[in-house]
Amino acid sequence: MTPLLFIEQVLNGLQFGVMLFLMAAGLTLVFGVMGLINLAHGSLYMVGAFAAAAVAGWSGSFLLALVAALAASAAAGAIVELTVIRRLYDRDHLDQVLATFALILIFSEGTRWLFGSFPLFLDIPDWLSGPVTLPGGIEYPLYRLAIIAVGLSIATGLFWLIARTRLGIRIRAGESDREMIAALGVDISRLYTIVFALGAALAGLAGAMVGAIQSVQVGMGEPVLILAFVVIVIGGIGSIKGALVGALLVGLTDTLGGLLLPEAFKLFMETSDATATGSALASMLIYILMAVVLVWRPRGLFGGAT
Amino acid sequence: MSRERMVNAALMALLLGVPLWAWATDEPFTITLATRVAILALAGVGLNIALGLGGLVSLGHAAFFGIGGYAMGILASHAQSYTPLMESPFLLEGTKSMPVIWLVAILASALAALVIGALSLRTSGVYFIMITLAFGQMLYFFSISWPAYGGEDGLSIYLRNGFPGLNTLDPIQFFALCFGCLAAALWFNARLVRSPFGLALNAARQSPERVETVGLGTFRLRLVAFVISGAITGLAGALFADLNRFVSPGMFSWQMSGEIMVFVILGGVGRLYGPVAGAALFITLEHVLGGISPFWHVWLGFLLLLVVLFARGGVIGLLAGRRVAHD
Amino acid sequence: MTDPVLVTKGLTKSFGAVRASHDVSLDLRPGEIHAVIGPNGAGKSTLIAQICGGLKPDAGRVSFAGRDVTHLPTRARARLGLARTFQVSALAMEDTVLQNATLGALGAKGARAGLPGLLGDALAAGDLRDTAMSALERVGLAEHAATVTSALSHGQRRQLEVAVALTLRPRAFIMDEPMAGMGTEGSQRMTAFLDGLRDEAPILLVEHDMDAVFALADRLSVLVYGRIIATGSVDEIRANAEVRKAYLGEDA
Repeated sequence: MTPLLFIEQVLNGLQFGVMLFLMAAGLTLVFGVMGLINLAHGSLYMVGAFAAAAVAGWSGSFLLALVAALAASAAAGAIVELTVIRRLYDRDHLDQVLATFALILIFSEGTRWLFGSFPLFLDIPDWLSGPVTLPGGIEYPLYRLAIIAVGLSIATGLFWLIARTRLGIRIRAGESDREMIAALGVDISRLYTIVFALGAALAGLAGAMVGAIQSVQVGMGEPVLILAFVVIVIGGIGSIKGALVGALLVGLTDTLGGLLLPEAFKLFMETSDATATGSALASMLIYILMAVVLVWRPRGLFGGAT
Repeated sequence: MSRERMVNAALMALLLGVPLWAWATDEPFTITLATRVAILALAGVGLNIALGLGGLVSLGHAAFFGIGGYAMGILASHAQSYTPLMESPFLLEGTKSMPVIWLVAILASALAALVIGALSLRTSGVYFIMITLAFGQMLYFFSISWPAYGGEDGLSIYLRNGFPGLNTLDPIQFFALCFGCLAAALWFNARLVRSPFGLALNAARQSPERVETVGLGTFRLRLVAFVISGAITGLAGALFADLNRFVSPGMFSWQMSGEIMVFVILGGVGRLYGPVAGAALFITLEHVLGGISPFWHVWLGFLLLLVVLFARGGVIGLLAGRRVAHD
Repeated sequence: MTDPVLVTKGLTKSFGAVRASHDVSLDLRPGEIHAVIGPNGAGKSTLIAQICGGLKPDAGRVSFAGRDVTHLPTRARARLGLARTFQVSALAMEDTVLQNATLGALGAKGARAGLPGLLGDALAAGDLRDTAMSALERVGLAEHAATVTSALSHGQRRQLEVAVALTLRPRAFIMDEPMAGMGTEGSQRMTAFLDGLRDEAPILLVEHDMDAVFALADRLSVLVYGRIIATGSVDEIRANAEVRKAYLGEDA
């Protein structure tokens, strides 16, 4: 293993982590503000990817595809919030789990109905394709670098939104005392719709950007959703900072574990056995990380006190 | 006899009567469907102990279903290839005997439930849901990337495993075995609900503070419930694998966890026979709607949404009315 | 004089800038009813939570039955014989009255047996049922044994709270407003009942019903802004200048 490969994998881990952050941020906001666990967040990721693939196929423009992804997932989020989700705020978590599981079924099979079972492909546009040479002579795909940049700037934007804007103040107030801010004349149900649509748009954007690296297909959202849950468990529910730290930790652990564990096992095992054992263990690494955090801090790294 | 009891008796009579009729009219496919219902209901009975009685919303019960399945797959595959599981420090052979496989499936899934439960129960509420889901996914990925037992492709078993005194290749006899397991689990569950443990666990769901105040530990109560729950679902996994003579990572998937939960909810949470009603409805819908449209999950989704939003008692609630406290 | 059953020394607990308990020291002696009174927000609930184990104090100690229990969880304190009733009923609302009382009996027995049994019938005739039924009879709820708890009136729920505490056969009772929600008649009956109970085990009584407090208390402690400003007999407290000032705004 060369240092170059290692740095490349660190960048891959960052890119993966940044994508997870976009998913986890919406989930953690929705949970923090509305107290809702949303399994269908992965479906919104899928909606973004399909919208982007469809629009890119029709118009040929990648930027238009991204805009479509944002718009479609935000709209899907708003519609779902208005019709189903808002009936669930006062329900227990079991009802929320089931209703959003039902939404997954509807979204997944509905999409299969519309687009068929074959995966779609979203091409990286010319102006973002090809490698760039980084300082130190590392060649790295420009598109993945762009994802990291977009993700980090969205993270910065979110921190600014929460800390500085009027919407952010209302979101933070909604986390601590919803009756109070309702009494102060804030239209709480509109606030909820906006927060939900915002989270949906972030998920849709993530889906569209990842769609250009992987294939766009039904069921692509749920594995990412579950990883985003791991991120939230590690970072602490409701904390955007926790989501960012957790996402980068999970992204780097997963990518580097897949690289380093088989190498480590080669030190005392046969090569083929080491690769098998190493990669099997690497597939569990982030969950082991989650278990360790749980034992150490059951409320996550940035979660509130019990 | 209360109305719920009559509904329960009718359900079991139906589950027993349909395959018997199918046997008489030589419709083996219907018997297989009924066997699926019995097995999936058994998995639901397991989950219902954690979910209905303990209030533990586990979205990772596929972990135990899958472990039960792989317990069967691993033991039987070694037996059919005449290779031992291990030779040192002692010789361990595979087996084609159901009782042994069941015991291993129960013990292995109970052990997994002990570890997963001990970690997950450090938290509660939405954390618990996400963590159980994540541990299920962990085993899913592990089963895919561990090449020794088929990896992504899973394991096929040529011949169904045997049970002393029965011909398990005969669909109706295998159904009888599965039905027997389900009946035993339901009987055990009924005893558990009435037992001191069940009383304490049920109270811990409603008012954990109270349970601690009388000197009982809620963590220990819940952990024991989770282990029992996992063990029963594990047994169902072993039977399910035997029904299909096939086990694959799909048994560990989050969809499987979701479906087991759907059986429980469609039937009615906390109702003893809820999982039976739920699994029967699910398989019937799959069979009927699946014949009309390949996208029947959309309709299942809408149905589930309606049940959650408007009919929280599930099938049993609809038929038997509101729950009345016993005694 | 016999040793006190329960002693708190210097309990201090803050929530942010609010000091809910400030250097609270009190004791509960065998055979007495020690009432804690104080205006709303004086920190009575916080004090009870620290005594029973729901909250950890920032500083100070709690000892019970001769042991330092400051770091023991709620269930361990219960096993040592500390029985608590809740201000807002913490009962299993879907269960029957008898089931709730049986839970207490189970807890008292579980101190020896560890985990409750998996197979027996909790409500079958036997020790558990006898303990539970006799506690229900004592508080006057026996005829409601089969009633679902959520169908009880607020006053009856208080009675059930007391019955659950009785099943524990405790060494001390901590009662958080056992008269709340009861009518005059109910209060009087409960007062008479608690009056006799003090010989079984002493009672630390937090109560708003002053008639009951003055009728029952051997000693009174007055809690204001998290601090005990006076402890003494009913007459001493009535005459205490600081108490008059706190309650009536009179100048000393």
